[in-house]
Amino acid sequence: MSGLLHGLLYGLPIITVVLTVTALGLWFERKFAARIQSRKGPTMVGPAGILQPLADVVKMLQKEQLTPASADRVLFELAPILCGAFAVATAAVVPFSPTVVAADLDIGVLYVLAVNALVLIPVWMGGWSSNNKFALIGAMRAVAQSVSYSVPMVLSALVPVILAGSMSLSDIVRYQAEHHWFALWPTIPGLPAFVLFFLSSLAEANRIPFDIPEAESELIAGITTEYTGMKFGLFYMAEYIHTVIASAVASVLFLGGWDGPFYPGLHWMVLKTLLLFASIYWVRWSLLRFRSDQLMTLCWKWLVPASLLLVMAAALFVKVGGGH
Amino acid sequence: MSVVKAKRQNPHFRLDLYEPEADLMVLNFGPQHPSTHGVFRMQLHLDGEKIVKAVPDLGYLHRGVEKLCERLTYVQITPIVDKNDYVSPMHNEQAINMAFEKLLGIEVPRRARYLRTIFAELQRMASHLLWLGTFALDLGGAIGGGASVFLHCFRERELILDLFEEVTGARFHYNTHTIGGNRHDITPGWAQSVKSALAVIESRIPEYESITLSNGIFFERTKGIGVLDGELALELGITGPILRASGVDHDLRRDAPYHAYDEIEVKVASAEGGDCWARSVVRLAELRESLRIVRALVDAVPEGPICGYKPIKLVGQVKIPSGQVYSAMESSRGELGTYVIAGGGEGNVSPYRLKIRPPSFHALSALPYLLPGHMVADAVVILGSLDPIMGEVDR
Repeated sequence: MSGLLHGLLYGLPIITVVLTVTALGLWFERKFAARIQSRKGPTMVGPAGILQPLADVVKMLQKEQLTPASADRVLFELAPILCGAFAVATAAVVPFSPTVVAADLDIGVLYVLAVNALVLIPVWMGGWSSNNKFALIGAMRAVAQSVSYSVPMVLSALVPVILAGSMSLSDIVRYQAEHHWFALWPTIPGLPAFVLFFLSSLAEANRIPFDIPEAESELIAGITTEYTGMKFGLFYMAEYIHTVIASAVASVLFLGGWDGPFYPGLHWMVLKTLLLFASIYWVRWSLLRFRSDQLMTLCWKWLVPASLLLVMAAALFVKVGGGH
Repeated sequence: MSVVKAKRQNPHFRLDLYEPEADLMVLNFGPQHPSTHGVFRMQLHLDGEKIVKAVPDLGYLHRGVEKLCERLTYVQITPIVDKNDYVSPMHNEQAINMAFEKLLGIEVPRRARYLRTIFAELQRMASHLLWLGTFALDLGGAIGGGASVFLHCFRERELILDLFEEVTGARFHYNTHTIGGNRHDITPGWAQSVKSALAVIESRIPEYESITLSNGIFFERTKGIGVLDGELALELGITGPILRASGVDHDLRRDAPYHAYDEIEVKVASAEGGDCWARSVVRLAELRESLRIVRALVDAVPEGPICGYKPIKLVGQVKIPSGQVYSAMESSRGELGTYVIAGGGEGNVSPYRLKIRPPSFHALSALPYLLPGHMVADAVVILGSLDPIMGEVDR
């Protein structure tokens, strides 16, 4: 019973905070992208346009909800809801500070990776049930991409697990607070594993240069081609939440989470998450897109072997360095 | 290079030779699609994501310009053809007026020829900048790095449009050329504005190259994609940067000089390979070359009249009783030809028949040859590298 209470006590605020951060992130991205492109970005809604995401949501809620006549109705309606739910569910085990964590699971890493991979299912549901060729191709690409990139993601997430000797996200942070952040020491395999994990998270969150499932220059809008209004909005939001959580998980696993040079706490976690979040958008707005087969080549020929080597290096480091 | 007479296998029938492992999916690509550069439709027959057969379909932007010209007087035609290739209207105006001048046997004054050359080259730069931007959109998407390239290119294109606005009062549809010369003379400080705009653009070309040609992803996406060999290009009547990228050194500016091109040396950019990469290299080289030509000419504009024909006061003033002529110039996309048969309308004030030969139309005819064997993602890149403007394709 106390577990349930604890979950409610921390879960609701955490979800609220994650959603708020996501909305702010949306605004931040639009401003950031605008500066890259020598534009101003949103300026009208609120000071410096900070309420623009709110206005967008209100706009999307007002739109007509269309379901194509030939769509598989149940799957079509269910897909965006599940997509949003799975994206938020990942936040449950992320330790934002020593105390702010909804559920401190012993197998937190496993949970994060598993729920991350689950997002794939509503994406495929949406693509399949739309009964649209562009959506179908988009969904096929999404499945192929996510399945492939799960492999280097899981393998590179294994590196901090081996180094810290625990699958609990809180324990991993505590180990880093006592020793070093894994991205700094051991530099090999820590730093490359961080980069790999981050790249694979980008691919999982369908971000440029890995956003081929919704490559709008080829596939119009990919899986979301037939979606309108808030149903589209949920897919869109899920993608942003996914990005925020991926940044949070990466900073927990490799950058020491709430640990910092002074006054460790929640603020360090937020700062690191936002920095990673910003760098995702930096990449997004300056790179072109890979082709799907090139993406697969990159994954299976380079990232998977590299991450396997990193896991071995981590094991070797623990064995030789006489870790835990 | 000689034109090969051997008939090629018509790509439309590759489907008969192909034994699919599974059922083919027919993907209707366009006309409402973000990257068909207007309203163009391709029927793609897909095996997985691989294109087996491609059937281009056009005509969605047909406005009957050629037929319309038969009802308009020679004076009224210039502003109409502005809308054909709507990203380089200057070339359209010049091409049509060159044909009329050839029919009438009018000599264009030297000052007007210089101005026309400068306008043509500035327009070529604007057009190539727009191509680079939209090509990056095709590669990188509207919500991603492509959009950044696109907006940067548009920023510099604005500078050129501002220059045109200063002279003609219009940003797109200038109507500044007339039979025998130009309608508007340049303003006193214009040469200086041109030079400062060119300085800005020149300083930014390396930026474009760093995010396109020097970018690994750009290379991966364009190298070896959509290879068009020079012989096929000649057979299909393809001209301009696409032909030059296929290793055929052909440019009307140098080979059949018009305007003031006989007074300035044009270094024709060409590349081997004939793929999307080569086409990108050629267009960026042309951007630099146009910049050089404008810079050389803008200070050397001679004094004198800007029109060699009597001032036009009435729409039916220009009368051509008979004769026919073909005249061609190098637009941003290749040979823009005009065939006019005179002697139409009441009192010979309209052409009997006017035919425009748009370079993009011929470029699109390469699609059935280029697309099979590539992925859907490459179809967009190949189409983008051909730089079609549907306004002039469908007319």
